[in-house]
Amino acid sequence: MRAFVALLRKELRSYFGSPLVYAVAAVFLAYTGYYFHTDLVYFVTFGFGVAIMENLWQLVFLDVRLVLMLAVPLLTMRLFAEERRLGTLELLLTYPVRDGVVVAAKFAACLVVLLTLLAATLPYPAWLHAVQPFPLEPLLAGYLGLLLLGTACVAYGLFVSACTDSQVLAGFLTAMPLLLLWLLSWNEAASASGALPIVRAVSMFNHFQPFTVGVIDARDVFYFLFLAAGFVWATLRVLEARQWRGRR
Amino acid sequence: MSFTVPRGEVAGLLGPNGSGKSTVMRCLIGFFSPTGGRVRVAGIDVGADPLEARRHLGYLPEQVTLYPDLPVRRYLEFVAGMKGIGGAARRSVVDDVIAQCGLGAVAGKLNGKLSKGYRQRVGLAQALIGDPPVLVLDEPTVGLDPVQTVELRSLLRELRGRTVLLSTHVLAEASALCRRIVILDRGRVVAEDTPEGLARRVEGLGRLVVRVDGPPEQVAQALRAIPGVEEVTAEAADEGPGRLFVIRAADPEPVQRRLAATIVGGGWTLLEARMRTPTLEELFVRAVGR
Repeated sequence: MRAFVALLRKELRSYFGSPLVYAVAAVFLAYTGYYFHTDLVYFVTFGFGVAIMENLWQLVFLDVRLVLMLAVPLLTMRLFAEERRLGTLELLLTYPVRDGVVVAAKFAACLVVLLTLLAATLPYPAWLHAVQPFPLEPLLAGYLGLLLLGTACVAYGLFVSACTDSQVLAGFLTAMPLLLLWLLSWNEAASASGALPIVRAVSMFNHFQPFTVGVIDARDVFYFLFLAAGFVWATLRVLEARQWRGRR
Repeated sequence: MSFTVPRGEVAGLLGPNGSGKSTVMRCLIGFFSPTGGRVRVAGIDVGADPLEARRHLGYLPEQVTLYPDLPVRRYLEFVAGMKGIGGAARRSVVDDVIAQCGLGAVAGKLNGKLSKGYRQRVGLAQALIGDPPVLVLDEPTVGLDPVQTVELRSLLRELRGRTVLLSTHVLAEASALCRRIVILDRGRVVAEDTPEGLARRVEGLGRLVVRVDGPPEQVAQALRAIPGVEEVTAEAADEGPGRLFVIRAADPEPVQRRLAATIVGGGWTLLEARMRTPTLEELFVRAVGR
């Protein structure tokens, strides 16, 4: 437990001690703010201010999702790739600590940053609620969806970062498949009709959509948790591979 | 390969580059699993209980890699946390290693701004945190300047009481620091002995060297005439008068006794006489067979 806390603190310190997180946060908030503004304009002008879940929050959450997907690779790319490049991983793994603790601490540190980013968007609905009150509960579902989606993306990014010593490659290989998945679910017509049910079942975004309209389905929750657990498991196997691959 | 370092002994692992020193060390720390055989640290099987083995072990890797964005003290506190030391104990443990490794002056500096000598000391300090009974040091003085090397060696000498395995390819370092030397080549132990024992093995390689001012041909002839002398070769003296003669003798002592009388009796001047002892380098080349 002490090792987990020590590593978590070190990770958070290097996150918040580097300019990258602030740059990502600035861009993230600028984009989400822009989307909130334009979606609100749409809601008032074309949605006539009715059905706020469908006509406003659904749009906002779907847009925030896209920005989140682009932000996560920038946060996860350094987790293991940097340690591999610096060579600090070898020393880190010689301390009397299980690999699982190392992975958990890094994963947790990135989730803290993710939570901070999401929390920073709370003033948008808070401001709207002050101007025009609306039911808050469905909004919680939306944020839970973003958090679950983000957790799965972070786990995937963690896995990719453990596979390479190049941060750029880690970031690229994290972002590209996420974008592809998004494109496939966004432009379903482009998929072969036979493949469509598979794409729908696998795509993270079809599992995310119910959250945006205030629906929490246990299947969707488990889907994301299962996905995250799978990538964390894969990350552990990659670290273990050093034992027989003889690679740093 | 099989060798044992008894408790409290400092042993040196020697070998040319690529002989397997670092691999052996990485097996010891549990970073690699051996493809066969067993590794025990402080009596604990590394394969069966790697965490318990690592608790008894401090490791300094060949390339000391530190987080460049952490100050030295914070980094050492982080390592203490990773080794399960928390609270007030952490402060005192870190203070101790900072004092022990002479890091007081740089404790607030970023790791990334340290000189190589200090980086190596920080590396040693992190290995010493938690007071492990066994230390594994992979080429601790490689890349240091002479002053830093001397300083680090005296630091290593102060580690008495611990079991230390250090790897190096500097033979002088191994014979100065270690009570036992294991020589590796291509993944095999080719020699294992004390420095004195290894020196004894090369005694037959000893040579007598004299510098004589006199006609070279005649001097060489007179030297060859001494009973017990096997071979005499003349070398040009690098500086000063006279010439150097290198004498090989299986048993040098009787030759030594008659050397001066022979030279002076011939009417020549004896300028210098010494024993050229074989270096561990020569032994090393012999043992490795290259």
